[in-house]
Amino acid sequence: MATVPLPTRPRVPDAPNPALPPSNAKTNARRRPGFRRDQLSGWGMIAPAAVLLLAFVFIPAILGFGLAFTNARLISPRPVEFVGMDNFARLFMDPTFYRALLNVAYFTVVIVPVQSGLALVMALLINKKFRGVNFFRTVYFLPVVTSMVVVSLLWLFMYRKDGLINEILSTVSFGLINGPDWLGDPNTAMPAIIILSIWQAAGFHMIIWLAGLQGISGELYEAAQLDGTSRWQQFRYVTWPGLFHTRSLVLVTITIQALGLFDQISVMTQGGPMDSTTTIVYEAVRSGYRQQETSYASAISLVFFVLVLIVSAVQRYLTREKD
Amino acid sequence: MLVRVLFAVVAAFPIVFMLVSSLKPDQQIFGDMSSLAAFLPVGNISFDNYAAVFDRVPAARFLLNSVGVSAVTVVLGIFVNSLCAFALSRMQVKGKKIVFTAILATLIVPFQTLALPLVWWVNQLPYFELNGFSLEFSKGWLDTYQVQIIPFIANAFSIYLYHQYFESIPKELDEAARIDGAGWFKIYRQVVMPLAGPATATVAILTFLPAWNSYLWPLMVVQSEELRPVMIGIQYFFQLNVSWGEVMAYASLITVPVVVLFIAFQRSFVNSIASSGVKG
Repeated sequence: MATVPLPTRPRVPDAPNPALPPSNAKTNARRRPGFRRDQLSGWGMIAPAAVLLLAFVFIPAILGFGLAFTNARLISPRPVEFVGMDNFARLFMDPTFYRALLNVAYFTVVIVPVQSGLALVMALLINKKFRGVNFFRTVYFLPVVTSMVVVSLLWLFMYRKDGLINEILSTVSFGLINGPDWLGDPNTAMPAIIILSIWQAAGFHMIIWLAGLQGISGELYEAAQLDGTSRWQQFRYVTWPGLFHTRSLVLVTITIQALGLFDQISVMTQGGPMDSTTTIVYEAVRSGYRQQETSYASAISLVFFVLVLIVSAVQRYLTREKD
Repeated sequence: MLVRVLFAVVAAFPIVFMLVSSLKPDQQIFGDMSSLAAFLPVGNISFDNYAAVFDRVPAARFLLNSVGVSAVTVVLGIFVNSLCAFALSRMQVKGKKIVFTAILATLIVPFQTLALPLVWWVNQLPYFELNGFSLEFSKGWLDTYQVQIIPFIANAFSIYLYHQYFESIPKELDEAARIDGAGWFKIYRQVVMPLAGPATATVAILTFLPAWNSYLWPLMVVQSEELRPVMIGIQYFFQLNVSWGEVMAYASLITVPVVVLFIAFQRSFVNSIASSGVKG
């Protein structure tokens, strides 16, 4: 009974699209009257978005790459000069940078499995139809619509030595637990930030999981039920394989979000205590904005971008479809 | 069901705590903390904190700025991104595959890595202002409204969502409209967009949230008080003596509009993501 012959990766068959033009449509289009005008109006429609993306994503990305090798400052009387690898040399000598790398790694390694797991549990809880399902969906999603800045502020208050978290801990343990000064202690500051980050963002990934769950055909569950499978077997052999694409999407979005940790740090700890919560993006903003060193900040940003690329590439490789 | 309720309590308790505390004087917030009263509007309840908020910061101005910036970003974003997705999805435009790939490639660039070069870049950009009858030329976008809006109009994820949704709308509809002599823009406006409501709701929410919540960007590019959005206002509460009741009142003030808006759009948002949008 345990070896139900279910497909390991059920596919929802794509609905045939009768509207699709025949395969030689492209060559036909060329001869169609009004072809040139269609091209023009098509490009006219693409242009606004394309130009904006070019101006505010591609050009800054390339600029950032270039600025990293110069001595540019935001406001400076000196002309911009090429300085080679100076910024990177300085960066790789900086112990704070390594501390930031370590902190981000710690944050990411904890956040990715815990947050995606909790989000999946939440999605499973509200995937069925029952009275009040909309209420629960809304409540689970509430923290996501609350700005991270407001969330950070709120938890800053709750994490105080005499704050709500410690009062709750003390009450439920009948006064046994005397909570720490969460954000003031280098040992608890990062865990505290991890908890509030999961609290805020899990609802978003719940929605993505939910999308994946609803893409799994109900027939597969019926078939599984006919075979008399347990609920765990259904999850293991129907749900989990069916979430293949969703899994990699959730993995990638949580990872990128985790690597870019900034808002919480900026509002709650400013990287402290003793650099225990500083991050790469926080260091970039600190040098680029507060100290106006655009070039050094660009170098940090470039290193950060390469890091994101490497991590995403590794994840893609690990979650690739194995045939 | 018990598990569901447990999750709901964990998700809701900080927000309830925030709303309830915003109605209490500081002394009582700390006094109530060790009992369930922390989550109940009991005792000395008043809107004094809200009145104090408007005294301490130009809260009305900040709210107005954020409403304006977010609304313009959402409206222009819906138009620009859906138009682009329409052409990419339904028209035989030469080279559209390359364009679509390039657009999707921008998804892997985190905004934080762009922010600093972008500050430097927008400071170099020209801007034209119509002043009476003369067109005035100025350099640098720092400290303006447009610097808070224009860079965030085009969005690869919105284009992607619209594209996915448009693919699910039968293309015979276009053909039929073409035979009736409709131009492409008319098909976009009168055939396809009216059918894309759920996608529009999703894009609206996903554009509105970061616009309303933006913090890092305005922190760097907006100095003048009269141009600042709501999130920057938080700094004002930590300058002198911190009154947590006022902080909670301000936090509630800038959160509640978003929550109301979300609840209004909630159904089509969840359905749209679930039915068409994010399939990976």
